[in-house]
Amino acid sequence: MAKAKARTKPKASSKKKPRPGGSNGNLLLVATRKGAWLFRGDAARKQWRADGPHFLGHIVNHLVLDPRDGKTLLAAASTGHLGPTVFRSTNLGKSWQESPRPPAFKKQEGGRSVKHTFWLTPAHANEPNVWYAGTSPQGLFRSEDGGITWNEFSGLNDDPQYRSWMGTEQDGTPDGPKLHSIIIDPRDPKHLYFAMSGGGVHETLDGGRKWKPLIEGMEVVAGFDPKTVTFHDPHCVRLCPSNPDRLYQQNHCGIYRLDRPAKVWKRIGKAMPSKIGDVGFPMVVHPHDDETAWVLPMDGQTVWPRTSINGEPAVYGTTNGGKSWTRLDAGLPKSQAWWTVKRQAFAADRGKPVGLYFGTTSGDLWASHSEGTSWNCIARHLPEIYAVETAEL
Amino acid sequence: MSKILIASPLRSYTGADEVEALGENLGALLHDLDRRYPGIRFRMIDEQDRVRRHMRIFINGEPVKDLGHRLHESDEICIVQALSGG
Repeated sequence: MAKAKARTKPKASSKKKPRPGGSNGNLLLVATRKGAWLFRGDAARKQWRADGPHFLGHIVNHLVLDPRDGKTLLAAASTGHLGPTVFRSTNLGKSWQESPRPPAFKKQEGGRSVKHTFWLTPAHANEPNVWYAGTSPQGLFRSEDGGITWNEFSGLNDDPQYRSWMGTEQDGTPDGPKLHSIIIDPRDPKHLYFAMSGGGVHETLDGGRKWKPLIEGMEVVAGFDPKTVTFHDPHCVRLCPSNPDRLYQQNHCGIYRLDRPAKVWKRIGKAMPSKIGDVGFPMVVHPHDDETAWVLPMDGQTVWPRTSINGEPAVYGTTNGGKSWTRLDAGLPKSQAWWTVKRQAFAADRGKPVGLYFGTTSGDLWASHSEGTSWNCIARHLPEIYAVETAEL
Repeated sequence: MSKILIASPLRSYTGADEVEALGENLGALLHDLDRRYPGIRFRMIDEQDRVRRHMRIFINGEPVKDLGHRLHESDEICIVQALSGG
């Protein structure tokens, strides 16, 4: 299925070699409930300088740098009172301009309104200035001018079948149902995936004309029918840059892997220690090795506290595609650390060894320069962290 | 021309706490406000022409949600946010 007929060779990204031992300029893009920060790192990724807050008081759900030009930043923002918008910078945050037409549903009888833009994804390397956005409630939008103006994409937002799978605004997460994990196949700009909480994982091979659910093998909460798309709650889906046929997923109900062209997800979280389980939000994949991925398990018992288990936070990593998992907690607190790490708040850079970064809802920013074998805190006391992204300058 | 008091979260658009705009009704006034201060309307009014949940528009001290509400030159218009939570 995933091997589309026409593959387009990316112009830039495929030629970009990973830099050994870290690049000359590292950037962490940190989006929080009260604003955004840019952390600029040295070549060794040891020293980080905070640049911010940007948009103090704004709820920033995602802050992303365009890897195609290395300078365009988009921030998905709103406040507790004001409606959603997108801010854009072309000088790495020195100045910002607001989108004159941010993502919004069309006006119609019974029409929906965007509460916030949740997810931003730059499109294919061969489509400069094209971006995709996912919103709450679930909507898919596209910009063809670098994030200045946005339009609904593909008819999905009004498709009766998809609207039924999206459910109502009460069916989603406490902060509203979301469309997220918009993924572009680096070999083919028409081959896209996205996920919905709730509403499953979906795929198109023709640039959004037709979409199909990709939920087989995914489990749902006990007592519900896994054939019903709307019951599926993928929290985060990632495609391996080194093998675009391999996807990893952290779901409300487990950790999964899918190797295309297969269509059935395999629950690799079953190999996690039983006392830890495989509930969580983020999923991170290694940029150069499709066998390696990381998760940050959360407590999914009883009323779903969704904190670190027993107050002892740990990353778990696999180096064999999920056959086994290793606890990676050196440097993290040993007790009484009741963190939650949201789905967009854990990211990897492209260094060798790979750097890992996550932000907590209590405002701490943690880093590992050794692929998770040891951790150190690089910032404390930020607002609740919603998203962490990495970029090379 | 009507005078409009602007809440602090919207002053990044207007640069002032009191501005002027034209409109025979509230909807037209907000469109004129947006023409003068691009982007301000969507932060207050959603794409279905509903006043956003935590925004309030008062005309002569009375809360108004109907964008068709007719305006008179002497009307005092005040746009505020309903502060709630942390």
